[in-house]
Amino acid sequence: MTNPTEQKPAYELLGLKAAEYQDICQRLNREPNYLELAVFSLMWSEHCGYKHSRPLLSRFPTEGEAILQGPGENAGVIDIGGGRAIAMKIESHNHPSAIEPFEGAATGIGGIVRDIFAMGARPIANLDPLHFGSLDKPRQRYLLDGVVEGIAAYGNCMGIPTVGGEIHFEDAYEENCLINVMCVGMVEPDKILKARATGPGNLVILIGSSTGRDGIGGASILASAEFDETAEEKRPTVQVGNPFMEKKLLEACLEMRDEGLLVALQDLGAGGLSSSSSEMASKGGTGIDIDIAMIPLREPGMEPFEIMISESQERMLAVVTPGNEAAALAVCDKWDLDATVVGKVTEGDRLRVFQGGEMIADMPVKSLVDEAPTYIVEPVRPGHQVDEPLPEDHYRQPDDLGEVLTTLLASPNICSKRYVFEQYDYTVQTDNALWPGGDAAVLRIKGSPTGVALTVDGNGRKCYLDPCRGGRTVVAEAARNLSCVGARPVAITNCLNFGNPEKGPIYYQFQQAIEGMSEACEALGTPVTGGNVSFYNESFGQAVYPNPVVGMMGIIEDTGKIMTHGFRREGDAVLLIGGARPAVDGSEYQLYIHGEVAGRIPDVDLEKEKSLQALVRQAILEEKINSAHDVSDGGLACCIAEAAVAGGMGAMIDLGKAAFAPGAGPALRADLLLFGEAPGAVMVTAAPEQVDGLRVAAEAAAVPLAVIGRVGGKRLVFSDAGAEVINIPIEAAAGAWGDALEKILEAGV
Amino acid sequence: MPASPQTSAPPVRFGVVIFPGSNCDTDAHDAVRTFPGVRARYLWHKDTELDGLDCIILPGGFSYGDYLRSGAIARFSPLMDAVGRFAGDGGLVLGICNGFQVLLEAGLLPGAMQQNQKLKFICRLVSLRVENDSLPFTRAYSKGQVIKAPIAHHEGNYFIDRDGLDELEANNQVVLRYCDEDGEATAAVNPNGSVSNIAGVCNREGNVFGLMPHPERVCDALVGGTDGRGVFESVISRVTSGAEL
Repeated sequence: MTNPTEQKPAYELLGLKAAEYQDICQRLNREPNYLELAVFSLMWSEHCGYKHSRPLLSRFPTEGEAILQGPGENAGVIDIGGGRAIAMKIESHNHPSAIEPFEGAATGIGGIVRDIFAMGARPIANLDPLHFGSLDKPRQRYLLDGVVEGIAAYGNCMGIPTVGGEIHFEDAYEENCLINVMCVGMVEPDKILKARATGPGNLVILIGSSTGRDGIGGASILASAEFDETAEEKRPTVQVGNPFMEKKLLEACLEMRDEGLLVALQDLGAGGLSSSSSEMASKGGTGIDIDIAMIPLREPGMEPFEIMISESQERMLAVVTPGNEAAALAVCDKWDLDATVVGKVTEGDRLRVFQGGEMIADMPVKSLVDEAPTYIVEPVRPGHQVDEPLPEDHYRQPDDLGEVLTTLLASPNICSKRYVFEQYDYTVQTDNALWPGGDAAVLRIKGSPTGVALTVDGNGRKCYLDPCRGGRTVVAEAARNLSCVGARPVAITNCLNFGNPEKGPIYYQFQQAIEGMSEACEALGTPVTGGNVSFYNESFGQAVYPNPVVGMMGIIEDTGKIMTHGFRREGDAVLLIGGARPAVDGSEYQLYIHGEVAGRIPDVDLEKEKSLQALVRQAILEEKINSAHDVSDGGLACCIAEAAVAGGMGAMIDLGKAAFAPGAGPALRADLLLFGEAPGAVMVTAAPEQVDGLRVAAEAAAVPLAVIGRVGGKRLVFSDAGAEVINIPIEAAAGAWGDALEKILEAGV
Repeated sequence: MPASPQTSAPPVRFGVVIFPGSNCDTDAHDAVRTFPGVRARYLWHKDTELDGLDCIILPGGFSYGDYLRSGAIARFSPLMDAVGRFAGDGGLVLGICNGFQVLLEAGLLPGAMQQNQKLKFICRLVSLRVENDSLPFTRAYSKGQVIKAPIAHHEGNYFIDRDGLDELEANNQVVLRYCDEDGEATAAVNPNGSVSNIAGVCNREGNVFGLMPHPERVCDALVGGTDGRGVFESVISRVTSGAEL
């Protein structure tokens, strides 16, 4: 058997193109040695160099008066007033988790948490949006269990509550699960740390784990290429996590921060020491010398290039002044952490690597960090994308709509995710005021009346049908989730999960999604504070759904007025506020009942969305409503069923009154009113005497409002044109929804 | 500084232990400080000085990473020798979650901890029945009262053999049991497989108490309830009343 790789040049084996290699030679004025080539291959990988995304990412709005730190640092930082700021960032660990779910997910948490405390912030929450293939495949159940246990093992040990997330199951993710992890931290604005290596002569200290052969080439080989039949061989590129080490690292770094010992701090993530040192130098406008002879190694015989690109976990790089060296090392010693001076900040702009006295690499920092080549691909609209929605009578209306409701409630995308979130510690740190299961998480701020609301949202299926509308929709939905608990949306971070960007249709989806998201961020006043791009989520040429995941933060002025989604009082009026004509296109109903993904999703009217959300927040602030719930997956019927199950009381709903945009078209069929989806609607309940006031406010805001029913009894009753179309006891809804995931997993079918 | 014109009762002093990997130390510290007249300080795992303290809290978390068996390393820390002497002298020691595990490993409480029956971490608000309301930790409750507190553990499946259980029962050492909302300790509401639904036990003398649920997480109505306050109220009132065990 011939091995074709034997003839390939070294740069190609490291994932670089011939032209890129020529470019590197030019910048060095010579051929790179193997160490230099390895460092360049990492820094110029898609994962580190953003080669296909950088030109498009500049479209995102990033300015805002509360933004203390936008994209470009380890995390974004937002001022929330009262002498406090929030640091947040989301990242993907898709490829590692697909290969080794437990460690892949665990080290994903480890990496994003380091990004947060690299900013000097104490991590206060994790949120994890996860996408898998269908659970009828044994491998998907294995991935789900492994990923969730990995997240739990790492996050729980660190003592960071996992307060939210979302989980979707769909065939598009069968070969490439999407494992995104978001971490949120709190920091006083004057204690924010940056990764800027300033002050030539300052010392560079490597803190934490010793350096081993784990994760060699993680960013270039694993994260920046499609999967094929060699995927299994890439298992050694996945790192192994040690949350106990990271907990000590966290405490030591924050202690050094408090004592004012740090000039700069940076975590070692993708690209290891190569990227962390060169990025710190680039931001500081300096050079850095690293002596690899000083680096504590996990095993003998490691090559210099291995040491420089190892992605061994739980390591931080700190810059301190010579005068603070002893004090910094003492803090590390207190926490039983290895800490070693491995280099120094220099004048100039070179990353130089030494082995004892001998210089073994010498590269321009700017070339490594800021000058990776960028590529613009001719966008091609994918063939499946259409301009027109499906006709409203495209599918036959099922006979038993009650059965449709219980089927949807028990479907993996809609059912309770208790099986998952109970494996995460969501109560540690004693700030979580809204436990999982609602529209958003809310963290109180001790000693302050205000709180921070958090949510993550993604909807790949909708983006697949229309990436621009999908991008708008996902941002609008995240904001709506926050507004439903009473929070004012402030800023986002995002994780853009796409296929191979070298292909026109993928590039098109990427571009369109960014456009849609940007428009929504501008309209809703939620700038982008940073994020992550994950390309090459493809296997055997089949890409995942284009899936921009949004993590959004909002502020609640008064934690005494947090709104929840469950029905609260018998006799309350049920109101539908906002909304567009619901459609079958891209809905859970279409997927689960009709077995298709087709058509075109409805658009979101961003101006109306803004008014709707302001109206809901105002009603919460004025204590005019008793519950609020975003109408999303599964449509109005699932929204109401969830509120009924959460509150333990039923409702009578007249669908005729829920008909949207009267006069805009023929009357909608009951199944579409019940299960169709369209962005921009919130279901609220209020005491009957509040209804007139709410109606006046809605009219003033030009937002549609309809009273569609009443809370009460122990049944869910939906009628249309005088006839009952659904009448089930709430126990039936609760039974279908409550432990469906456990049943699926325990039955192993 | 001028002396306070009116001398109030001396403060109740809590010590909260920090092992490397403890992660509920701040929560416990913050919780006890919501009570008037309380002082709290942290105790580093290498400390051996416990003078002047009225109650030591071993908080939750993953001491030393707990890669072996929960609490198995922590029991060897210099501090634990001092805690053993403190308890031997009648001092109050409260072990929550990982702290309970450490107390079991240190032999300050009877029994042992296994992994949860389903081998998964469980975070959940559970109902607990108070079985012994005469302890320095439980006097604010009444026997049979049902309280709610969250559990958050992977290794909370309490085990003790038949004879040991009989002895616990005979000496009134079972302090809390997992139960339903009506106070029935059924198998269906046993979250982790613990013998006899046991959620918390004390030593024979009643001055060392370990429990898996987290009372410090339910000391504020905004974040889950206030049912945990009774544990700390009990300690405070015991110390301020000066009663002997």
